[in-house]
Amino acid sequence: MPKLVFLATDLVLFLLLAGVAFYAWHATRTPTLRQTWRSVLHDATAMSAAVVLTVFLLLAVLDSVHYRPLLAPAEGAAADAAPAYSTKTLSLLDALLSGPRESREKTYSIPLGTHQFSKESMLVDGKSIRDFPRLKFGGAGLQNPQTDWAPDVISRSVTGLLGGALAAAALWWAVALIRAKSLAVPVGNSLRLIWRCQTDVPWRAILLTASVLLLIGGWIAALWPHYHVLGTDQTGNDILFNAIKSIRTAVVIGSFATLATLPFAIGFGLAAGYYKGRVDDVIQYIYTVLSSIPSVLLIAAFVLMIQVFIDKSPNLFETGLERADIRLFLLSGILGITGWAGLARLLRAETLKLTELDYVQAARAFGVSDFGIMRRHILPNVMHVVLIVAVLEFSGLVLYEAVLSYVGVGVDPSTNSFGTMINSARSELSRDPTVWWNLLAAFGFMVTFVLSMQLFASAVREAFDPRARAFRPQRKMPSQSKLAITAREQGR
Amino acid sequence: MIDYIIRRIGYGVLILIGVNLFTFLLFFSVNTPDDMARMSIGGKRVSDDAIVKWKVARGYDKPLVWNASASGVEKLTDTIFVARSLPLFALDFGSSDSGRDIGYEIKQRMWPSLALAAPTFVLGVFAVIVASLLLVFFRNTYLEFWGFTFAVFLMSISSLFYILMGQFFFSRVLKLVPISGYSGGSDLFVFLALPVLIGIVSRLGSDSLFYRTLFLEEIGKDYVRTARSKGLSETVVLFRHVLRNALLPILTSTVAVLPLLFMGALIMESFFGIPGLGGYTIEAINAQDFAIVRSMVFIGSVLYIVGLILTDISYTLADPRIRLR
Repeated sequence: MPKLVFLATDLVLFLLLAGVAFYAWHATRTPTLRQTWRSVLHDATAMSAAVVLTVFLLLAVLDSVHYRPLLAPAEGAAADAAPAYSTKTLSLLDALLSGPRESREKTYSIPLGTHQFSKESMLVDGKSIRDFPRLKFGGAGLQNPQTDWAPDVISRSVTGLLGGALAAAALWWAVALIRAKSLAVPVGNSLRLIWRCQTDVPWRAILLTASVLLLIGGWIAALWPHYHVLGTDQTGNDILFNAIKSIRTAVVIGSFATLATLPFAIGFGLAAGYYKGRVDDVIQYIYTVLSSIPSVLLIAAFVLMIQVFIDKSPNLFETGLERADIRLFLLSGILGITGWAGLARLLRAETLKLTELDYVQAARAFGVSDFGIMRRHILPNVMHVVLIVAVLEFSGLVLYEAVLSYVGVGVDPSTNSFGTMINSARSELSRDPTVWWNLLAAFGFMVTFVLSMQLFASAVREAFDPRARAFRPQRKMPSQSKLAITAREQGR
Repeated sequence: MIDYIIRRIGYGVLILIGVNLFTFLLFFSVNTPDDMARMSIGGKRVSDDAIVKWKVARGYDKPLVWNASASGVEKLTDTIFVARSLPLFALDFGSSDSGRDIGYEIKQRMWPSLALAAPTFVLGVFAVIVASLLLVFFRNTYLEFWGFTFAVFLMSISSLFYILMGQFFFSRVLKLVPISGYSGGSDLFVFLALPVLIGIVSRLGSDSLFYRTLFLEEIGKDYVRTARSKGLSETVVLFRHVLRNALLPILTSTVAVLPLLFMGALIMESFFGIPGLGGYTIEAINAQDFAIVRSMVFIGSVLYIVGLILTDISYTLADPRIRLR
């Protein structure tokens, strides 16, 4: 039985998921929230983005269940000796992808390559020659790489794509079947409805996105056991594996840092807007001071501080991973402490408006306590601002992590992250010939993740902020008849 | 108005004191004078005696913020905090931990920084206004939809990618400009062209979307309808009427960009080897030279506060109805 390890970030991530689940449950029971979220559910772009985000989140969760494998009992140990655990902490994702994780080459190799990127002295038939050596794992099954490589890659790709297409077809069929059952129509009809976008939830967009992901997934699944799909980095690690591991770091930074701003922003923002006067002055002073310090420098100072703390107390952490993890955890906290000023300013303005409303005055006249008024009457009415800002900040924080890693105050160098990948790409680009795949992998994963998050966030903002809806780009002028229909609907 | 500005400056000084106290506590809790002494003496020569001598020589032998052994006002003033902070307000930055004069360095490095930041800022605002007005001009067409999508895509790319790819294509493949470096005089343009371009492009996406909403907010108003019904062309309406009325929120947001400009300069300068303040700061962070970092924090905050006051003044210029009281 391996020993389960709960890192600080794991625990918070699971708590966060529980929180999201609770919110979802709450939203389905509240008519207004249900109505608002329905408009997100009916947005094709947002739902496609949500599919991609779900895959990323799933990978992050898989990478957050950590354990230390049980070691085989030592020779001649007593039968009742305490079990020994490996000092290496693994995650479920590591276990699932143990193939690529362990197939380590010596140094760089190009995507799908069979030979190392740099020459080496080798002994062939007793003579020493300088040539590109074969990789230990990439394309190891090929007898003659020159001739066998292309047919092998093509046949595996076709198999993988076919598998992906089959899975996608099964998915379309399953969705159509379920919808057919609930609508009591034949499956063919239901499939046609989906294809013509005549469904409330944009199933066509969702299924198309999922199909693309399944095709990519099938292709990777077919090639990855035999090749390094995106090549290897300087120390020979598989880059696709590194990129997938980086997703967790991005998710953790984005979500925790946003979460960490909330107590400060909500507490100070509401207090400043509600109490006004002295309290307002002091709180405004605090956040003006914070926002006038260039944030990189502020974060750098905090990070240097925690680094000193970590270095001075090595006994607190059992493994290197735990030490790296606590740094990631504290870094997110720091981003929260330094980043709450903007949201607090918005909440203060909103609260100032709300306190003048009749129902707040009435609550005050009834003798409800200040805290009670803030919790019951003000907080629920500013929650939409919090939600909008939280989803919008998320993607910015993911991008920020890369910058911080460059300055040298980001995550621990041993933690996989997009920032560390880009950082190493800097020297790789100046090599000749260029090592471009590391940067490409980081770019592809990061843009996909951030873009999906942005698209989802903008749909959430449009749903919760009626003003934002007016700014949505339209491809065509809404036609006269359509306007008439909407007018009639609104009249009803 | 003079009254108002004096009051704002007073508030600014208060904020600077807060900034100073905050960074002071932060840095000195990381790096106590003893640590600093040990680092700068270095190696085998570290002894209690040497540390005390080092501290006395640099005035670090006093308590941090509260001198209990002194009397009266000196309890507050005879401390490292006051000794190190007061001169900052007179723009006397003292010497760095490695013994060089920070004020001199700043004076030297100010101009390359300015040469990079000023064109980036001015051209950037111009490019963003043009891009967002075009988006508004072509509203409700495919052009807007794809422009919008493209802007969201630009927003999703880390600024580091822009720098790396820009350096790769323009310097390595096309060999148009040098990869990095700096020199004054006639070569200045060659060295600054790429960083300025990248600085503009990396902010284009998010800013033009933001400005677009500002313009769209104006475009539904009555005066725009009046202008159109007078028979003015859409271009005139947009560039003369809408732009002028949307200037206020634009001014507010450009000041909010000032600290970001500072951060952008940090990255740009160190990537492109420009000997400016940003590169200086990054070197200082890596060398853990807190005297420099504290001075840079101070300068950054001063810039921010000056920017805020300038915004208020520019409000009155952009909109004569606004009076500062």
